[in-house]
Formats: sequence, C-alpha cells, structure tokens
Amino acid sequence: MYLQKKASHLFSGTRSLEKQIDEFLDKVSEAGMVFGRALRVYLNQGPSEEYDGFLTQAADIERRGDELRRTIEAELHARTLIPDLRADVMALLEGMDHLVNVYEGDLFRISIQSPDIPKAFHSGFLELSETVVSCVDSVVLAARAFFRDIDAVRDHSSKTIFLETEADKIGTRLQRAIFASSLPLERKMHLRYFVERIDELANAAEDVADALQIYTIKRRI
Amino acid sequence: MDLTVLFFLTSGLLLGWSLGANDAANVFGTAVGTRMVRFVTAATVCSIFVVLGAVISGAGAAHTLGALGSVNALAGAFMAALSAAGTVYVMTKWGLPVSTSQAIVGAIIGWNLFSDSITDSQTLLKIVATWVACPILAGLIAVPLLKLVARVLSAAKLHLLRLDAYTRMALVFAGAFGAYSLGANNIANVMGVFVEVSPFTGFSVAGLFKLSSIQQLFLIGAIAIAVGVFTYSKRVMVTVGASILPMSPVSAWVVVIAHSIVLFVFASQGLEHLLASAGLPTIPLVPVSSSQAVVGAVVGLGLMRGGGDIDWELVRNIAGGWVTTPLISGTVCFVALFFLQNVFGQQVYREVHYVLSEPVLAKLEEHEVDTTHLASLKGREFRSARAFMNAVEDSGYRGEAPGRKLRDFAELSHVFIDPEKIPNLDHEWLSPGQISAVEKLGGKAFTFRWQLAGALAALSPQWSRKSDETVNKLYNKELDSKLDYVIRTFAGFPERR
Repeated sequence: MYLQKKASHLFSGTRSLEKQIDEFLDKVSEAGMVFGRALRVYLNQGPSEEYDGFLTQAADIERRGDELRRTIEAELHARTLIPDLRADVMALLEGMDHLVNVYEGDLFRISIQSPDIPKAFHSGFLELSETVVSCVDSVVLAARAFFRDIDAVRDHSSKTIFLETEADKIGTRLQRAIFASSLPLERKMHLRYFVERIDELANAAEDVADALQIYTIKRRI
Repeated sequence: MDLTVLFFLTSGLLLGWSLGANDAANVFGTAVGTRMVRFVTAATVCSIFVVLGAVISGAGAAHTLGALGSVNALAGAFMAALSAAGTVYVMTKWGLPVSTSQAIVGAIIGWNLFSDSITDSQTLLKIVATWVACPILAGLIAVPLLKLVARVLSAAKLHLLRLDAYTRMALVFAGAFGAYSLGANNIANVMGVFVEVSPFTGFSVAGLFKLSSIQQLFLIGAIAIAVGVFTYSKRVMVTVGASILPMSPVSAWVVVIAHSIVLFVFASQGLEHLLASAGLPTIPLVPVSSSQAVVGAVVGLGLMRGGGDIDWELVRNIAGGWVTTPLISGTVCFVALFFLQNVFGQQVYREVHYVLSEPVLAKLEEHEVDTTHLASLKGREFRSARAFMNAVEDSGYRGEAPGRKLRDFAELSHVFIDPEKIPNLDHEWLSPGQISAVEKLGGKAFTFRWQLAGALAALSPQWSRKSDETVNKLYNKELDSKLDYVIRTFAGFPERR
C-alpha cells in the first residue's frame, strides 16, 4: 500500500505533464477550428461582431497555449526530464506554438486590413483554409504520435506533407485567378498577401512534420 | 591494536577506493552518461547499496579470502593489493574502464613470480579468455535484448514522459542491484585477507543488531568503495555512458541488464548448480569481467546501428588498457615486493615446501599416478613450487597427472589441532557434525592437507567430498573453503607460525 502510494506520487507529476502536453496540442487543433469558422463568417458577413468573437477566442487560445508551453518547458528543465530528447520536444512545442500564432495573426490581419474579397474567390479561400487546417491537424496527430506511438508519426507526417503540396496547388490556382481578374492591382496584391499568409500555415506545418521525422529517428535509437 | 596490521589495511582500503572509482561506472555509467540519473543520485544509491551488499551478503563469504587469498603473507597481500589499486587508479585517471579483478590477478602473478610459485595455466587462460569472450557475449546479448525491448515498447505505446519515468526507475533499480552485488562479491578481494587479523571487536548497535568484527572490517572496506564512487568514478561513468557511443536511455538500461545477464548466466555457479540439479544441461562457465561486459554491450549496440558512431579510438584505448592492466599490475607488484622484502625487511611470502614422502607416494599411487620416476625424489624437501616441479621434470616423470595434482599432495601443511582453539571456530558456518569431527582430532598433528581432510571425512560424512560432478561443484567448493579455514585457524596466520 505504502509502495503503491509512493509510486503513484512519483508518477503523478509525469501524468500532469502528459495532460498539459495533450491540452497544448488540443489548443493547436482548436485554433484551427476557430480559424476555419472565423474565415467562413468573414467571407459571408465581412467585419462583424461574430468575427470579433472568434478573434477573441483565438487570442485566448494563443494565450493559454503560450502559458502551457512555458509551463511544460519549465517542468522539463526543472525535473531534467527526457534529457536526450528535451531539446527536440521543446523545438516541437515551439513549432506547434508558431502555428497557433499564425492562425491568430492571420485573423488579426483580416480584422485590421478588412480585405475586400470578391465572391468569385470565396470558394478558393475556403478550400485553401480547409486544406491548411487539415494539414495542421495532421501535424498535431503526428506530434501526439511522437509522444505515444512513434510508428504512426510517419503516416501522419506523410499526410501533412501531402496536404501542404495540395495547399500550394490551391494557393497558386487562387493567385492565378486573382491576377487574371479585372481587379485593380492594389487589390490583387492585397488578396495575394492573404493567400500567402494562409498558405504559410501549411508550410509551417510541413516544417514541423519534417523535424518530427528526424526526432522520431533519434527516439528510436 | 597492531599498528602494522592497520598500516597493511590501508592498501585494502586503497583497493576498495579504486574499485569504487572504477567499477561503479559499470552499474551507473550509462545512467549518468545519458543524463537520466544525476551523478550525485547515482553515487548515493551506489554507495548505500555497496555498503549493504558488503556488510549483509559479503559477510556470508567472510571466510573466503577472495583472489588475494593465494598470497600467503600479509605484507605480500598488502603489496599485491597496492599494485592492483595503483594500476586501477592510473587507468581510472585516464577515464578507462579497466577490470579490477584482472589487476588483482596480474598482481598475484607478480607475487607468484617473486615467490617462485607456479602460476596456474588456468589463471592465464582466464585472463586471455576474458578479453575475448566477455565483451563478445555481452554484445551478443545486448543486441537481441534491445530489439526485444524496442518491440515491447512499440506495442505498449507508452507516453514519452512515462517511458522516461519508468526507464529512470529501472536504471536506478538495476544500478542499486548491481551496486549490491558489487559490494557482496568484491569485498572479499578488498578486505578478505585481513579477516584473520581484524583489529576490531564485535559490538551491539543500540541493542538492535550486532556488528561482528568481520562486518566492521567489511563496513570500512565498503566505505572506502563508497568514497571511491563519490570522489573519482564520474570520469569513467561518462566514458562508459556517453563517450564510446551516444545512447538513448532505453539502450543505457539494456546495457546494464545485458551486463548483469552475462555475469549471472556465464559466471554464476548458483545457476550452474540449479541447472545440474534439475538434470538440465549446464551453460559452460566463462570468466567474465563486469567492465568488459559493459563495454562489450555498448559496442554491440553501436555495431547494430552500423558502427559509424562508435568512438573506435577510445575502444582501442580501452581494449589496450585491458591488456596492459594485468601486465603493469604484475610488474609493479614484482618490483615493489623486491623493495618491501629487501629494503624494508618484510616477509612478503611464506615459503611453501614440498616433499615426496612415503605417504605422499602411496597416496599418489592410490590415485593411479605412476611413481616409478618420482621415487628417486623420495624424502627430499623442496623450498618452492618451481624447485619441486623442476625436480619432477628432471626425474624423468612423464605421467599424465597434472603438476597441480602432484603439488597438492606433496605440499607440506603443518596443522596442529589445538584443543584450546576449537571454541574459536565459527559455529554458525561449520555444522555441529563438522565441529565435533574437529574436536575428536584435538591434540593431533598433520603434515599434509589431504591427511587432515581424510581424517575429518573418516569421522563425519559432513566432511566428505562428493564425486566430481557439476551438481556437486558448489558443495565441494564450500567444503574446500571450510577445510582451508580449519587449516588457517590451527596453523595460525602464516607469519605468526
């Protein structure tokens, strides 16, 4: 009984940290859902209270994500956990945190700059945002697998890389359509900026997936 | 308290210190090298368990002198221990994991050469075989073990942090167990030769438990090992755990376990006895060294990964260290014994005399040894094993009996069963039947070891050797230790005779 108590105390710290990592990754997925819905609302209504609501929600997620990341990193250092992989795990968390920042940043930019997106491009923007959100979700799954089931990391990373290529294709197609339209150049440039910003999410997710594959090789040794 | 004894004791303590500085790396090196366990934690756990192993389990073998027991004079044992300790110290200073037992065996060979004793060819074979067999065996065990562990972990799908916590605990447990064995198995080498001249007397600790004189002696030896761990083992730990090959914590654990398996399977007489008792085929016992097992396991894992990340230069230095350790230790011991004897006037060895008397020749004939040529040596006393064997060779004897057998029968071993000393015998170790047989021989004197053994066996079946089968090996070994103990008790310590 005493030993059981001791062992449970010993592992309670680890369990709490595991939960924090899971919550942090949940926040990345949540940020994606908020981003997708916010963009859909913006395309339908333009600047609106509902959109601002999503913006606040995204900011809260980003803040909580930062808190969790700092706590996890401090714990990993303070308790000298996973000495061989600590640097990799911290880099992974930073990479995932960057994704949340980009989600939030894009929503803020839309709110500040209020781009006027013609209806003809709505489907293109929606398709791009759905693809990048799926791409980020895949890398979240890859990150979860890195912690629990390294055999699955490769599958999720491959999906991320595939979706990134898809996002590139959609982005290119969308930019071609924008520049082929009769819109004034400044509006074309403005819209191109947002296409690139959204596509940047997929690029960042791919960077994390690439790094994850290396971390996984190291974890296997 | 005899100051000379205290002075001689210091070499045992130094050997203990060297052992701690070097061998602790075998059990905690990979854990510390992979930064899974802090050095202070490793050193603390290691020290505690070394002390416990030495005092609790080491005392069980208190009457076994360890390898240094073959050195028959205290000053000689002092110098052999000092030479071995010095060699291990130098190697440790260079961060090389060396085999302490090989340093000791090297020193004993130095003593053998100085004292004109014959070095058993088995001993030499043991040294050479260890260099080759032990690292290979450890590597061969480590590789499949790591693959198996990797497969189990992959199926278990443990969270990285949970795996980290379990591995950490596993490393500490494996290290603690290894440290306990280190204390229990090596304390005989550190302090064994001083058991008979222990300057301590037993006392009770707060009425809770009694600390015998031997336990106190072993406690001091174990503390010396612990001091070695704290003060000097870090460098070797880092060499073993990180410098040869960068390793993951799980690999680190596999190395410790592979090393323990090699030690258990290929060096455990207990396991051999168990298998033989169950009628199963036994695994041949191979001489093993824990340092070599650890290095072999690490290199094995490196080769599994293609060998590209192994620091081969370091491995060459380590392997070179294994060859030079017994050589340096033996040479230093030989030279130092010369000074100790001729400059400081110390008796560094007791002459062992051999005689082929009538009863010896009869005994040899009983064992179907052709004594036709040996009869020419009848009655002559030889002052050293070498002189005896040279004479045997010159006599034209070409019998099949090994020289060891001839020496065993011809070695003079004067024993007088002094009735006053009988109560001093360890009544817990020797059975009542064995004690009673010794009592019945009270007042009698013997010239040869085998005469005493025969007389005791005639009085009690508990002194009878069993047939030379594997299943009886442990029993006979224990009986031999007890007979040696009786001979030492009634012969007095060699120098005081």
